[in-house]
Amino acid sequence: MSLASVSETGSIPIRKRRFARRALPYLLSLPALLVCIGILVPFVTAAYYSLMRFRLNLPALKGFIWFDNYINFLSDSAFWNTVSISLVYAFVTVAVELVLGLGIALLLVKPSRLNNLASILLLLPLMTAPALAALMWKLMTNPNFGILSYLVGLIGFTDFRWASDPRTALLTVTLVDVWVYTPFIMILLLAGLRSLPKQPFEAAALDGVPRSFVFFRITLPMLMPYIITASLFRLLDSIQQFDIVYSLTQGGPGDKLMVFQVQAYLEFFQYTNVGRSAALMMVLWAITYFLSNIFIKQWLKLRERARGVS
Amino acid sequence: MFERGRDLTARFVKGEISRREMLKGASRLGLGIATTGFLLNESMTRAMAADFDWMKFKGTKLKLLLNKHPYADAMIADLENFKSMTGMDVSYDIFPEDVYFDKVTAALSSSSSEYDAFMTGAYMTWTYGPAGWVDDLNEYIKDPAKTNPNYNWEDVLPGLRASTAWNGVPGGELGSADAKQWCTPWGFELNSVAYNRKIFDKVGVEPPKNMEDLMNVAAKVTKDAGGPYGIGVRGSRSWATIHPGFLSAYSNFEQRDFTVTDGKLKAAMNTDVSKSFHKQWVQMIQDSGPKNWSTYTWYQVGTDLGAGASGMIFDADILGYFMNGGDNKEAGNIAYTPFAANPAAKAPTPNVWIWSLALSSFSKQKDAAWYFMQWATSTEHDLFGARKMDFVNPVRASVWKDEEFRARIDKSYPGYLKQYEASSEGSKIYFTPQPLFFDLTTQWAETLQKMVAKEIPVDEGLDKLAENIDKQLKDAGIGG
Repeated sequence: MSLASVSETGSIPIRKRRFARRALPYLLSLPALLVCIGILVPFVTAAYYSLMRFRLNLPALKGFIWFDNYINFLSDSAFWNTVSISLVYAFVTVAVELVLGLGIALLLVKPSRLNNLASILLLLPLMTAPALAALMWKLMTNPNFGILSYLVGLIGFTDFRWASDPRTALLTVTLVDVWVYTPFIMILLLAGLRSLPKQPFEAAALDGVPRSFVFFRITLPMLMPYIITASLFRLLDSIQQFDIVYSLTQGGPGDKLMVFQVQAYLEFFQYTNVGRSAALMMVLWAITYFLSNIFIKQWLKLRERARGVS
Repeated sequence: MFERGRDLTARFVKGEISRREMLKGASRLGLGIATTGFLLNESMTRAMAADFDWMKFKGTKLKLLLNKHPYADAMIADLENFKSMTGMDVSYDIFPEDVYFDKVTAALSSSSSEYDAFMTGAYMTWTYGPAGWVDDLNEYIKDPAKTNPNYNWEDVLPGLRASTAWNGVPGGELGSADAKQWCTPWGFELNSVAYNRKIFDKVGVEPPKNMEDLMNVAAKVTKDAGGPYGIGVRGSRSWATIHPGFLSAYSNFEQRDFTVTDGKLKAAMNTDVSKSFHKQWVQMIQDSGPKNWSTYTWYQVGTDLGAGASGMIFDADILGYFMNGGDNKEAGNIAYTPFAANPAAKAPTPNVWIWSLALSSFSKQKDAAWYFMQWATSTEHDLFGARKMDFVNPVRASVWKDEEFRARIDKSYPGYLKQYEASSEGSKIYFTPQPLFFDLTTQWAETLQKMVAKEIPVDEGLDKLAENIDKQLKDAGIGG
């Protein structure tokens, strides 16, 4: 081995080490960067298509129309119906699920064998695929042989048409949603309730504070971060509802349940209108982003307050 | 014995002996019906292979996309014959109808070459054709190097050949001289009335003769049958609600979905005659339809008839056929009747649904795939399906003349042939072919739902629908 080669080989590890030291932060963040790109590619593609007139079966018309898809929404009553139905659906289901979930969590808060068993059993609906749950409810609400139709018949509603009637369609899908997702809220709030510090409750009990006061002034404020977290998750999920509505009514009767995802799905898969479908999804993204921002800001405020910063 | 049986069936296929002679010979040889059927099918396959190099693509692997359907079942039952005749291997994915067409759209819109050929309906090719997803089959059918000389394309019922060919011009006539053959008809259904004879006898009504009669009979069944409702028709928020009974009756009043002037389309569902027909249809559903009509697809319509929950249906004739067999509660009680809604019409005008086979433009082995398609739509396979399986309605004229098939149907499904023969002449696709078919027809179904729910009066609903449709046609550059 020559002298030159020794000095060369001796200098390489130093250069390598220096390079590795400089590159390390970038290498460490590389997986996150790749995930980020993976997430952004479909998003950017959808944003790009939303600016196009793009129907797969009218290739000659394909081209950039910039914001025309969005501008057309402004004068489209079907679009505003979709916005309104999606928001009503999301807020109504989450509100009902919160009330029920909180109520059940309060009933199960004391750990006991029975309560633990009940909380496990109550989780079962959450393990059912929503589309399957919807089909199950479709059978139960069948006016000819459905058990629920029979039961409501006993209390005088002999011609109750559930999801087939525009007046009761929203109620029906809400019931299915509540059945599937209330356990999700319940389990989050139950975990929250059981992790609350015991001292304020013990002090209140010693002072003989009324239960309603304890609930509204101690339990509820302390539980608020959990309530907001559960509401945020459910609201984001609810506004993107697809499987329950599509399995039960395909968005009908008429356009009574034409929520965003169902409309976008139909636009793409049945009407092959890629541009309009993508624009609908972008609007849904904007609404979701706006709502989650409000919730996250609220949640951060509560966290700061809990730490005694404000 | 087996070899002699083979000779016997081969002589029958060559036309040297009659069917009676072949059956007598088979019984003399002690061959059972199943064995004779197998040998006959094998001889037909061998005869089919005689004048054409079926082994040209030996070793090729094909993949099909199929819908779960008795037609697919019949093909799978006979598939070994194709494999042994061609030396090709065939695999397939089968999906239920609820998700089938979404799967097709997903595969084709991504230019996937996974599937070589797939099942489709004619309406779907109004999307797939202009999008460049399927090949024009004229290039194959008319090429003697690619198509078996015994294929006999002319044997396929002319109305079906025309209904699956379109020139791609919105409003263009189906089957015109410049039309492209987007798919080959495989099996089809026309829309007609099937009824429960037991319920009709109990209530004391005869099969309906026209629209008013249909409404009255349905109302009487609802009132007097003691449980079952009068008439099952589709009602879900889908184009599929419009195409069966509804469009068949609508067309019988000489009403169209669009008028076409100078190549431009205009909605035509708000004429006076159309409004009057819509009022009758809506009234019929309100008085005598299923309570949850707005969720009804073909599945609910069929199973209600089979279970005795409805008195009759106005839907695909093969739905009545299937409900009269198997382990359906009412098997054996279902009867069939041709139906012309318009009292002034000379004959029924059933709209048709044609299950067909299409060739993916993204396939990397199109010629081999065409070999499969021509085998699957051949007289031999059609005959096998019609005689041995539930391959009704067959698409070939020669199969409809086959004595064995006719005898089987006549025995097990009395009245079915009579209904078919009275209805078939006027049967074709009554929709105007155009690229917005699925959007606009779904909107029609949505409007119908609103009318039945009394959310909107019929006249106003149809005027609004026509106005909306005209706007969308204009936006797409095809409206007048």
